[in-house]
Amino acid sequence: MKAAVVVFPGSNCDRDMAVALRNAGADVSMVWHKDAALPAGVDLVAIPGGFSFGDYLRCGAIAAKSPISKAVIAHVERGGFALGVCNGFQVLAETGLLPGALIQNARLKFLCKTVTLRVETADSVFTAPYGAGSEIQVPIAHHEGNYRIDADGLARLQGDGRVAFRYTDTPNGAMDDIAGVLSENRRVLGMMPHPERAISEDLGGADGAPMFTSLVEACVAA
Amino acid sequence: MKATVTVMLKTGVLDPQGEAVKSALLGMGFDSVQGVRQGKTITLDLANGTTRDDVNAMCEKLLANTVIESYAVDMDS
Repeated sequence: MKAAVVVFPGSNCDRDMAVALRNAGADVSMVWHKDAALPAGVDLVAIPGGFSFGDYLRCGAIAAKSPISKAVIAHVERGGFALGVCNGFQVLAETGLLPGALIQNARLKFLCKTVTLRVETADSVFTAPYGAGSEIQVPIAHHEGNYRIDADGLARLQGDGRVAFRYTDTPNGAMDDIAGVLSENRRVLGMMPHPERAISEDLGGADGAPMFTSLVEACVAA
Repeated sequence: MKATVTVMLKTGVLDPQGEAVKSALLGMGFDSVQGVRQGKTITLDLANGTTRDDVNAMCEKLLANTVIESYAVDMDS
């Protein structure tokens, strides 16, 4: 399974993401934002957390227009897997690959703590290993994680079962407690919490690891 | 020529910064304040002949996220 981790100026979870994917058995390459193409044969593109382009204009807005993002969009349109975590989720929302937008946390604080997520659907490679209704512990670290979407968009997400994760105790004001959403084809996941920071008990928890294992297994089997 | 773009969170989208500014103003005794919305102003230096449609396209594609934000363009030649 081949994975690419996109690095923007200001990304700071790129190496953590690479470690999480390598631990799960992926062959990982790092790609720079100025690259116009992904390495041949990439199954999964991971867009890591951080502060791409200093969060100028809006979180993820400049990154979404960078050369590599065109390649990421083409990869997704071909049916490739993509995972955006934290700033990566913001980037995917800004590209339009995922619906909605992330704005400032309702109480304006940067939040850095472990939260409990409820897995809302098992119908995706990302969430299948957990099972619907299970609860996992994953850290958050964000200032703009307050998920917003219009009423029609929210109804579509709910109706299609595309809410991947909800907070059990919403820390940031997100609509409908949404922590992560899936694309229509269920191959793109954006989430504010950091599964790549929860891959070992040595790091305080390993609830993120099954997601990466599941992705690797799905791509190896395909 | 110049254009001034004002970007605001859409009506109905929670504005945490505006709410914080409002509560600070009220706390300072400015009892007349009933609501605060905070946005941003972007000024563009443009080549002569740039049209309002060009600036609208910039807003739609980058300067505003129309999922949550509205924008207004003021052309000043």
